[in-house]
Amino acid sequence: MAEKIATREAYGNALAEFGEKYDFVVLDADLAAATKTGVFKKKFPERFFDCGIAEGNMMSVAAGLAAAGKVPFASTFAMFAAGRAFEQIRNSIGYPHLNVKIGATHAGITVGEDGATHQCLEDIATMRSIPGMTIINPADAVEARAAVEAAILHNGPVYLRFGRLAVPVIYDKESYKFELGKGIKMTDGTDVTIVATGIMVDMALTAAELLKAEGISARVVNIHTIKPLDKEIIIDSAKATGAIVVAEEHNVIGGLGSAVTEAVCEACPVPVTRVGIEDQFGRSGKVPPLLELYGLTPANIVAKAKAAIALKK
Amino acid sequence: MDQSTKRELALKAAQVRLNILEAVHAAKSGHPGGSLSIAEVITYLYNKEMKTDPKNPKWADRDRLVLSKGHTAPALYAILAEQGFFSRDELKNLRQVDSFLQGHPDMKGTPGVDMTTGSLGLGISAACGMALAAKIDNKDYRTYAILGDGETEEGQVWEAAMFAAHYKLDNLCVIVDWNGLQIDGPIAEVMNPAPHDKKFEAFGFHVISIDAHDFDQIEAALAEARATKGQPTAIIMTSVKGKGVSFMENQVGWHGNAPSDEQYEQAVAEIKATM
Repeated sequence: MAEKIATREAYGNALAEFGEKYDFVVLDADLAAATKTGVFKKKFPERFFDCGIAEGNMMSVAAGLAAAGKVPFASTFAMFAAGRAFEQIRNSIGYPHLNVKIGATHAGITVGEDGATHQCLEDIATMRSIPGMTIINPADAVEARAAVEAAILHNGPVYLRFGRLAVPVIYDKESYKFELGKGIKMTDGTDVTIVATGIMVDMALTAAELLKAEGISARVVNIHTIKPLDKEIIIDSAKATGAIVVAEEHNVIGGLGSAVTEAVCEACPVPVTRVGIEDQFGRSGKVPPLLELYGLTPANIVAKAKAAIALKK
Repeated sequence: MDQSTKRELALKAAQVRLNILEAVHAAKSGHPGGSLSIAEVITYLYNKEMKTDPKNPKWADRDRLVLSKGHTAPALYAILAEQGFFSRDELKNLRQVDSFLQGHPDMKGTPGVDMTTGSLGLGISAACGMALAAKIDNKDYRTYAILGDGETEEGQVWEAAMFAAHYKLDNLCVIVDWNGLQIDGPIAEVMNPAPHDKKFEAFGFHVISIDAHDFDQIEAALAEARATKGQPTAIIMTSVKGKGVSFMENQVGWHGNAPSDEQYEQAVAEIKATM
């Protein structure tokens, strides 16, 4: 069984690791222990600034730091970054296109027991609506580490989406290459494409195996950069397989499912089905039953893949 | 301050007022009231207080001004044009689709604008970020933030105030334009944030209260702010909204309205009479 590491863990470790190589500062809003920026704080206390429980202020402070030439990471839970501080991100960071990196952890339903108020299912939608915002949603710890470095090297605002839950490591640290804005074809297939992001990539690979056992050939594409979207790989997949199922740990409204549908509709209309939270709020619970309850499972990807195939003309 | 310096500054402030009126009149929209009320302080800041270089507006070691009350952009544009950051001719293009003078300050498009603002409460936080950056980099530039009195009804102002005091940002000077009026009426009736001085004091600021239209007091307050170590300074300046134009003074209706041609002529005549 693969090793399991939460992407937030990888985020904190990456900050500490790259802190030696790159000159950036880290802000947090009283959640350093949970977002794992505490790992960086321990190593570089003089470059860490706690903003207290005031996320809106933190985002605008980050904007000011960036305007004065610093590279700030601003961290809190996804809900309080993309949700509470949306307007600060839009007006203080997005509109002036300032070089702020938003490290948003505890995204999605896998927050688990804390329940709906903390399970952010709309951050991709809100961040996607900000012109010039780059959105990265890594699939595992290896990709998360690489995404942090890519964000540091990118000049402009970046929203990094990390999870609370320990998830399987699917990439090899030594051989993995992260290319901002480029999707990764994980397996090739001819009948349907599973476009997945974040923790759903691992499930997509399992789903592809299940489909294979039923004689259905599925291509799996990992979209780590949700914006700018790699339209090339999406359109190519639409053309090659004629049907797409999108899987994400996010509301089906406004996330990767929407982005893929928009891209496909404009260039190569094929059936697209979506696996995600069906426009509902989350609830408290242990993660496995929550994933079952909301349909974030390989079995549901299989079902939705078949539904997409059935819609082919 | 000697009389000739004072006269020189008064003339510059009058020119700033003319620029404000010209821009707002040409745009047929904008916010003259709160722009006119900060004419003296913004004139003093750019002429006597701040290190800036119009030829190199992005100079890394410059002092910075964040107009947190971004709707009074005409005042900022007026002084930036006077200082030579861009041509005075551009003022008449305020708010036009092909101009870089946006309705609210845009740091990306306008030379000399240090921070994009307009949404109230956000600018003071950004100013905190700039002041913190100076501390991190061991630089001696200072950051000034001009806030509206109504703006302090935004909770984020107090989040930022807490932050500034916590990180001992003595290189930050917050200036509150206390003109007593906001869009819906007198601030005391709409949502009274008074007493400002006690609030900023309680949040850890060194507080100085002055008359916004008195250059001696402005000079003394800014010097005191510079000399204050270990804590940020808040200058609460009592001002007259619409200052310098008789029919605009203390009239809430002039918060966000442009003068007609006749009103513009009268306003210009009144200000020119002081020059």
